[in-house]
Amino acid sequence: MKVELEADKCVASGQCVLAATDVFDQDDDGIAILLADRPAAELLDDVREAVAVCPAAAIRLVDQ
Amino acid sequence: MADTLVQPVPEVPDEAPEFPMSRAARCPFDPPPALKELQEQAPLTRVRLWDGSEPWLVTRYADQRALLGDPRVSADTDRPGYPTKASPDAGEGKLSFIMMDDPEHARLRRMVTAPFAIKRVEALRPAVQQIVDGLIDDMLAGPRPVDLVEAFALPIPSLVICELLGVPYDDHAFFQDNTKTMVHRDATPEQRGQASREVAGYLAGLIGKRLAEPKDDLLSAIAGRVTAGELDHGQATEMALLLLIAGHETTANMIALGTLALLQNPGQLALLRESDDPRLVASAVEELLRYLHITHLGRRRAVTEDIEIGGQVIKAGEGVIMVNEVANRDPDVFPDPDRLDITRDARRHIAFGFGVHQCLGQPLARMELQVVYGTLYRRIPTLELACALEDVRFKNDAFIYGVHELPVTW
Repeated sequence: MKVELEADKCVASGQCVLAATDVFDQDDDGIAILLADRPAAELLDDVREAVAVCPAAAIRLVDQ
Repeated sequence: MADTLVQPVPEVPDEAPEFPMSRAARCPFDPPPALKELQEQAPLTRVRLWDGSEPWLVTRYADQRALLGDPRVSADTDRPGYPTKASPDAGEGKLSFIMMDDPEHARLRRMVTAPFAIKRVEALRPAVQQIVDGLIDDMLAGPRPVDLVEAFALPIPSLVICELLGVPYDDHAFFQDNTKTMVHRDATPEQRGQASREVAGYLAGLIGKRLAEPKDDLLSAIAGRVTAGELDHGQATEMALLLLIAGHETTANMIALGTLALLQNPGQLALLRESDDPRLVASAVEELLRYLHITHLGRRRAVTEDIEIGGQVIKAGEGVIMVNEVANRDPDVFPDPDRLDITRDARRHIAFGFGVHQCLGQPLARMELQVVYGTLYRRIPTLELACALEDVRFKNDAFIYGVHELPVTW
């Protein structure tokens, strides 16, 4: 599974960092950055939560 | 008079119900019963506002998220169909970017996102802990009963905003006095306006100082945008004022109303007090945000293109109101939604809204509430309400729901 992040959509709510700390971080302006675009299987539930709580629909988890 | 009394009341089933609706007298923590009924029976329905307009009321969680995340809905209050609020608290004019659409909204919002990044907020935690401990020390040393709103709930966000903005310590008293007046129920509109101008003038002056000598604070970040030619001094001051107002009364009401909700649910309070797991404290914050939902007048938008939702077409030029408080009690998302359960996973609540306008200050609000809920009940384990619940006055008519005062003792 691959994580895709559209940083230009990000509104810096920080929700992805709270949901999946090992997968997402923020740059100096609070905009989300991806730490791992192919996270380990045990992190996928956290990523799904991040997808669900992102207010800007900036994160996708794709099957590839 | 007698004639009017004997006339039969005409049945008008098609008439739109009035909004906002009233809460049930004995259920101060629950949304109005009429909202729950609409959520079950007519999740998209027209309501009548104070000005006679009839926007759509959206009550289900999924529909609210879909609309709030849709670029065809506008937050611009000047758009045709935008459902306007009527309240004695009504503010003057537009409040910077929260009433704008992208791309201008995004341009301005991104100027002030940096201080709300999770790591930056976490770095403030020790300072917030010190503020909370200091206020509890003062309460413990003072007379009982005490009004928790005045002594604790209101000063916390005010002092935290001082930290964030970089207000020098010597000016804290001036800043706190004026910000308190800005949100105080007993203040006249003139007094509020005066206090607001005092604070705006003060912030403008401080931005001027940061222009000359930047520091590592929010006002310096805003001043940097003035230096870069992206904002003028007036827009910079307006933005600083927005951040102050947005984080002030909201946080204060969550502190006081959250405490009351916990006092009314002693099992939950005991669970929170006796645990030293920060994850449970964080979970309690999310659950109280979900359960209380203090921004109870709904997120309001104007539709700019026809949108089909739930088998209904909302037309361009019509208004929509998303009442998040009842979405947060949607049984499709939160099982047994009317029960306060600090152990449940409440993270998907939309108490901070949804879409590109979702609260910018939410990491700060979360951290402040975590420190408060994780400290107050442990340091004052015998905290209790010093009046009957029936005597607590709730802010039914205010923009932000909460309690006017909360007498407590221990």
